[in-house]
Amino acid sequence: MRPRSSTPRTPGADLPEHPDFLWRNPEPKRSYDVVIVGGGGHGLATAHYLAKNHGITNVAVLEKGWLAGGNMARNTTIIRSNYLWDESSAIYEHALKLWEGLEEDLGYPILFSQRGVLNLAHSLQDVRDSVRRVEANKLNGVDAEWLEPDEVRKICPIVNTSTDIRYPVLGATYQPRAGIAKHDYVAWGFARRADEAGIDLIQDCAVTGFATDGNRVTGVQTTRGTIGAGKVALCAAGHTSVLTDLLGIRVPVQSHPLQALVSELLEPVHPTVVMSNAVHVYVSQAHKGELVMGAGVDSYNGYGQRGAFHIIERQMAAAVELFPVFARAHLLRTWAGIVDVSPDASPIVGRTPYDNLYLNCGWGTGGFKATPGIGWALAHTIASDEPHPYVAPFSLDRFVTGALVDEHGAAAVAH
Amino acid sequence: MQLIACPWCGPREEVEFHYGGQAHVPYPDDPGGLSDEEWAHYVFYRDNPRGRFAERWNHSAGCRRWFNAVRDTATYRFERVYRLDDPKPLATELATSRRNTAR
Repeated sequence: MRPRSSTPRTPGADLPEHPDFLWRNPEPKRSYDVVIVGGGGHGLATAHYLAKNHGITNVAVLEKGWLAGGNMARNTTIIRSNYLWDESSAIYEHALKLWEGLEEDLGYPILFSQRGVLNLAHSLQDVRDSVRRVEANKLNGVDAEWLEPDEVRKICPIVNTSTDIRYPVLGATYQPRAGIAKHDYVAWGFARRADEAGIDLIQDCAVTGFATDGNRVTGVQTTRGTIGAGKVALCAAGHTSVLTDLLGIRVPVQSHPLQALVSELLEPVHPTVVMSNAVHVYVSQAHKGELVMGAGVDSYNGYGQRGAFHIIERQMAAAVELFPVFARAHLLRTWAGIVDVSPDASPIVGRTPYDNLYLNCGWGTGGFKATPGIGWALAHTIASDEPHPYVAPFSLDRFVTGALVDEHGAAAVAH
Repeated sequence: MQLIACPWCGPREEVEFHYGGQAHVPYPDDPGGLSDEEWAHYVFYRDNPRGRFAERWNHSAGCRRWFNAVRDTATYRFERVYRLDDPKPLATELATSRRNTAR
């Protein structure tokens, strides 16, 4: 303790020094081999794997605001891979395996907690769909179990499994390896590693246009000048259409607000992650103690990063129905991110009508869990000019061929 | 809660309404003549501007009639509502992609 001096000291004057910054804040260079538009989880992960797996480091990540301040800061951090279709479970399971080694890879704590995810079933049809999905998951090497209500209660004692409620819990699918991670730390870990590799993370740099020459994008016009680019990757989530409109290409996504909320800090009451499609809420308890909840998108197109309050009300009603103990919790904060929803609720990744432009969008409400997997596969796609088998099924031309990957309602939660 | 002015019922709460997506997307004149790509655009592709957008809405918990609206997707403000048989808004009233990004 510092001895009291006679002159008053500024509050905070005796606190430790500010910790070292995790990344530089460089001025943009005139050009880069690869320019990634969007400094969220996907953009940062792509940058990391470009450097780590492919030795490509002359890369810039352009972010219109601050790093990881969009959906990466707004999601409910659920990580799972129990998707129905082979194409989806392949990329999400690849992501989950990367999550399992990510802390070591990044040399940074990400608080990855494999506390399991329960997807509740509330009707006979839910039960049939869930059992089918469990079997599909097992065939794809994804850990999955079907649980009866008494087993659900053992894993999460606060779920109301009584039979006299409007939507009784008839069972649940359970993925023990699923869980949550600390979203900010994930972004910072990727950013730090990418920065160490020499990649420029450029914040406060909004893209206002593109320079093109025939079938090639030659540069990116930004609020910090024009930046030449050998290849360009769009990782802009809900703002993808704003960018592709500038390029004159159409992408079949619609941007919607997706709201989430937290309670005040509570003692640990909720040991796992619970998702309910029919009642429609998903809940976990963050390490710090807040209950983190989300539900469905606001119905209308929106870029406003806020949504309607009646959506929150319904979400809270669903939460209290499933978890009567939550009735005594207080809502602390709500917010929204802008999610880009595709017609089949699956992502759109890969090549575009421009030879050196790569698209990564359409992750809708579920992009966070894919972060390392898509960064890994998109980096491969950019480096080799060939869609990686994990992303090949998610090409833009599936909407012409009809080879949709229909995950609407099939992937354990409605979109 | 946001009030939406139904052209027949007047201002009502947002929960009474159902969203219908982009307005003025006509059924193809010659469906048999469309290529797969043209079908894909009719079925799956809709505009997604940041800014003023012409949309369909249904007063589903009220008069149950459809109507159109010009709404700003950034502010969520309804600029005006109009009937289905009213003319399509001029391009100058709506957001174009380039004007959007200048915001």
